[in-house]
Amino acid sequence: MNPIGEKYLRQSALPFLWCSGCGNGTVLNAAIRAIDELGIIKDVALVGGIGCSGWIPVYVKADVMHTLHGRPLAFATGLKMSNPQRKVIVFSGDGDCLGIGGNHFIHAARRNLDVTVILVNNQIYGMTGGQVSPCTPQEIKSKTSVYGNPETPFDAAELARAAGASYISRWTTAHPVQLHKAITGAIEHEGFALVEALSQCPTQAGRLSHGIADPVQLLDKLKSQTIGLKKAQKTDPEDLQGKFVIGNLLKNQEALEFACSYSRIAAKAVC
Amino acid sequence: MSKITVDETYCKGCALCVHYCSKEVLELSTQRNSKGYAIPHAKDAAKCSQCGICERMCPDFAITVEEDEKCAQK
Repeated sequence: MNPIGEKYLRQSALPFLWCSGCGNGTVLNAAIRAIDELGIIKDVALVGGIGCSGWIPVYVKADVMHTLHGRPLAFATGLKMSNPQRKVIVFSGDGDCLGIGGNHFIHAARRNLDVTVILVNNQIYGMTGGQVSPCTPQEIKSKTSVYGNPETPFDAAELARAAGASYISRWTTAHPVQLHKAITGAIEHEGFALVEALSQCPTQAGRLSHGIADPVQLLDKLKSQTIGLKKAQKTDPEDLQGKFVIGNLLKNQEALEFACSYSRIAAKAVC
Repeated sequence: MSKITVDETYCKGCALCVHYCSKEVLELSTQRNSKGYAIPHAKDAAKCSQCGICERMCPDFAITVEEDEKCAQK
């Protein structure tokens, strides 16, 4: 095993339960490299929801909470507020974070709660068998949309921006170095940080939606649907339909973080 | 010269490392591990620039790239 894996992973829990070529491992790889770079393994608390991506923190030798479906941000809010010095990192999937726990997501962003959300977007409910998720693209087939998805998908980054998040970054699992740097920036940032990692699910999304079971081809297809931020700014918005803008999309250091504004009000209440 | 090790216990033969290596150092071998996955191996380790992309892409932490000490001593 890779030395960084040996250092930070629970050997007793290995091998990972993910399918061959799943993007979750690449996201975990980037996340522990970021934690290693910052040297904060003793200060982090990792929270996972339900779904394949909810298992990401479970393999790390750190303080970990594996929570209810859609509720990792609710648990993370309590965890952060009980000890604001802790660095709380939430791993959640598109179904978990934006579907089941959509409300927790927008309210955590609205409060500008100082947590890092790593949203692993594989565009489907993978673990439960390939149902439509809020991020499944329109007209794409799945187990619950056999003739194509009639719904419009969420753009997680724009949703977080509108709700009040102060750090937003989006990459794919084909950009492991950028993903690592984005996660490092997100952990260092004081305020709600969203790092969306577009990820490949060869077993469910690959076979059902894209007709590609090979993780390499699937990831290449996903990568071809992305466009860099600078290029996107020069492109006609109509041409951006169906494209994912990748890059460090937002960094607002002015916004007041929730634990800080809470303690201000608490001080007034005590007086 | 680099020393590229693939841990057969954890490798699931997805070939992401093979595809994303810009120097085309790796290829899938015919050798299979106990789970039946074809394991990648370094066909030309001399070309490796030690960028570490294979290590980062590997979803199972199965690849290690290091400087070959024997070659470094020469």
